[in-house]
Amino acid sequence: MGVGSFFTSKLDEALGWARKYSIFQYPFVTACCGMEYMATACSHYDIDRFGAGLPRFSPRQADVLFVVGTISHKMAPVLKRIYDQMTEPKWVVAFGVCTCTGGFYDNYATVQGIDTIIPVDIYIPGCPPRPESVIDGLMKLQDKIAGQAQRY
Amino acid sequence: MAETTRQEFMLGEGSGTGGGPQNIQLGVGPAHPAMHGIIRIVTELDGEVIVNADVEIGYLHRAFEKDCEQGGWNNAIPFTDRLNYVSPLINNFGYASAVEKLLGIDVTERCKYIRVIMSEISRISDHLTCVGASAMELGAFTVFLYMIKAREYLWELVEAVTGARLTISYGRVGGVKADLPEGFAERTLKAFKETREVLDEVHRLLTGNRIFMDRMVGVGALSREETIAYAITGPLLRAVGVGYDVRRAQPYYTYDRVEFEIPTQKDGDNYARYLVRMAEMEQSMRIVEQALAAIPDGPINVDFEGRPIDPAAYVDQGKQGKTEGLLLLPITLSPNLQGQQRADLNRVNMGDKRVVLPPKETAYGSIEGLMNHFMLIMEGYGIQPPPGEAYFPVEGANGELGFYVVSDGTDRPYRVRCRPPCLPPVAALPRMIAGEMVADLIPTFGSVNMIGGELDR
Amino acid sequence: MEILAELQRRFGDAIVETHEHHGDATAVVARDAILTVLAHCRDDVALAFDVLMDLTAVDYLRYPGREDGPRFEVVYHLYSIAHNHRLRLKVRLDEDDATVPSAVALWPIANWLEREVWDMFGVRFDGHPDPRRLLMYEEFVGHPLRKDYPITRRQPLIGPAT
Repeated sequence: MGVGSFFTSKLDEALGWARKYSIFQYPFVTACCGMEYMATACSHYDIDRFGAGLPRFSPRQADVLFVVGTISHKMAPVLKRIYDQMTEPKWVVAFGVCTCTGGFYDNYATVQGIDTIIPVDIYIPGCPPRPESVIDGLMKLQDKIAGQAQRY
Repeated sequence: MAETTRQEFMLGEGSGTGGGPQNIQLGVGPAHPAMHGIIRIVTELDGEVIVNADVEIGYLHRAFEKDCEQGGWNNAIPFTDRLNYVSPLINNFGYASAVEKLLGIDVTERCKYIRVIMSEISRISDHLTCVGASAMELGAFTVFLYMIKAREYLWELVEAVTGARLTISYGRVGGVKADLPEGFAERTLKAFKETREVLDEVHRLLTGNRIFMDRMVGVGALSREETIAYAITGPLLRAVGVGYDVRRAQPYYTYDRVEFEIPTQKDGDNYARYLVRMAEMEQSMRIVEQALAAIPDGPINVDFEGRPIDPAAYVDQGKQGKTEGLLLLPITLSPNLQGQQRADLNRVNMGDKRVVLPPKETAYGSIEGLMNHFMLIMEGYGIQPPPGEAYFPVEGANGELGFYVVSDGTDRPYRVRCRPPCLPPVAALPRMIAGEMVADLIPTFGSVNMIGGELDR
Repeated sequence: MEILAELQRRFGDAIVETHEHHGDATAVVARDAILTVLAHCRDDVALAFDVLMDLTAVDYLRYPGREDGPRFEVVYHLYSIAHNHRLRLKVRLDEDDATVPSAVALWPIANWLEREVWDMFGVRFDGHPDPRRLLMYEEFVGHPLRKDYPITRRQPLIGPAT
């Protein structure tokens, strides 16, 4: 390993460490899962302990898109637009089984998984997921953020 | 000089609200932080005053009514959870009661009390969320944290009873899934004590708060006539002084046997709605306390011979032919995972083989029980209400929640229609916000308590 | 029940059928008379049905024994706050002429409820001021709650919002 790659890998680590604890999320809350999202965000479970306490309600200022709840065909273009408006680097969390696969809404109105529209980094199953599994998913996302090659 | 209106005061005299070319269009939502749930409001603004508004809904349409037609009568219950997902228990019971009306059957006394207790706990958590969220949108984030904390106490109760926090699928046609767990009354009273402390704090933070009142008093008001013409029920109707409440007007379950008041206000503005909701939470707690004191044990028609055994051992013994006295043995199922132990089941479910699954002991232990179980589960059999139609209203957290069910005599609902209590106020939203400032849209929308799952179904 | 008897006395043949299954007073009304009946129910002092609780429809295409009859039924649920009583009115419609007079002039809430029925069943409301879909998007083809619309018939995703 040369000196240059040593530095970049160390710099990557440092950046990854910093990034994983400064998650600015955009909660795209549509449905029932939003209730569990609220519960996770509030004092009882406190997502702030993981450096993700600040929801930004502007896609321009957010780097993790939490898609919370069923996405219908009518909503799909809106979700796509929000995703496109976010700046790199960005990650997407599919929160709840409806966003993962459509869940038990196998019908004409529901998008069968948001990965048919936008790329997804972490899937959190559950209908809705308990706050514990949300936090678990968040920690997996943090590992992913810290472990990947950083762009700067 | 004529008295200046609030709008003229804010904008200077002569500011018109005409449809002039200077008016601008402002779209709010569907992805907007204050549009919790998803809805799009296209407003036409003259300066900062809303001249006109058009509300677009349907972003959360998940084909509830179509989904219900696909499976058996009990299979629709998980879908009803996700109508008003802040108070799913009321939806469960409303739907189950509509089907029971169609079948012409009546649930056990203990079940009625359980339904009352769980409905009221749901109502409190719904109001907590509504008030908390709308206070948050006005900047009172602390209130939101407090309210969610209190909701967490109640959800722990719900979880102890149903096994889930939010989407509980606890109601069943002819009963409920499980009996109340041990020590439920004490836990409830403790949770209520903590909830009351929170409500007390919130009262002190909000009720006389100058900023809060400035944003709420006189904002988003709707006249009594218009409220009725828009078929608005629930807290919004009671906020204009009409004391209509399904629990009082057409008592169902055991609401005629508990004492409670129906809080009303006169002004019909956001502040009145806030006060009604705060008062209703206290009344709901009163109802639960009375119901917990009055709930009967119910008939337990099982005699204990031996110690409880686990289901696998039960089946094994049956296979080996050791069947003597087996049917009398209770089995060790977690009451809130299965709820099918004989003792619990008979207490909370009616004894009707056409509707209610047999207890696990019977299903495992006798051929009749097994057949009965199969007949209710197999496609093409199941619960088969006689052909006909029925409408059953219950008091949801947002108003009258009605289920109109049509049966064609088969094991599948022919049609399930939910009368969504929050659709009328959302339909009336343009009337509430017309002529007000654009910032007043937020508290008004918050006080409507729009719930996407119920609105769009 | 008195309400049904009173309606029959007043409107005669316009009341096609009545029943009271499960205690719900129900009257099937001829289409041409529905607005008159609704207006009477709302304005008559003894009836005073001031709330249009619900307005929906049922598609009887696959209902045993009714396959050949009128396909749709539009269902009105009325409630009176003053008298605390309820009434269900129904109008039967053929598929090729699925049109009902709109009740928006009587109750403003009928606006959205009728839009929903149009959206879900394709029943038209004559004189409706704003006949758009309510829940589905404009590009959607068909009416999903009709019995001949399969639940999984998906339509192409619509483009980005404009």
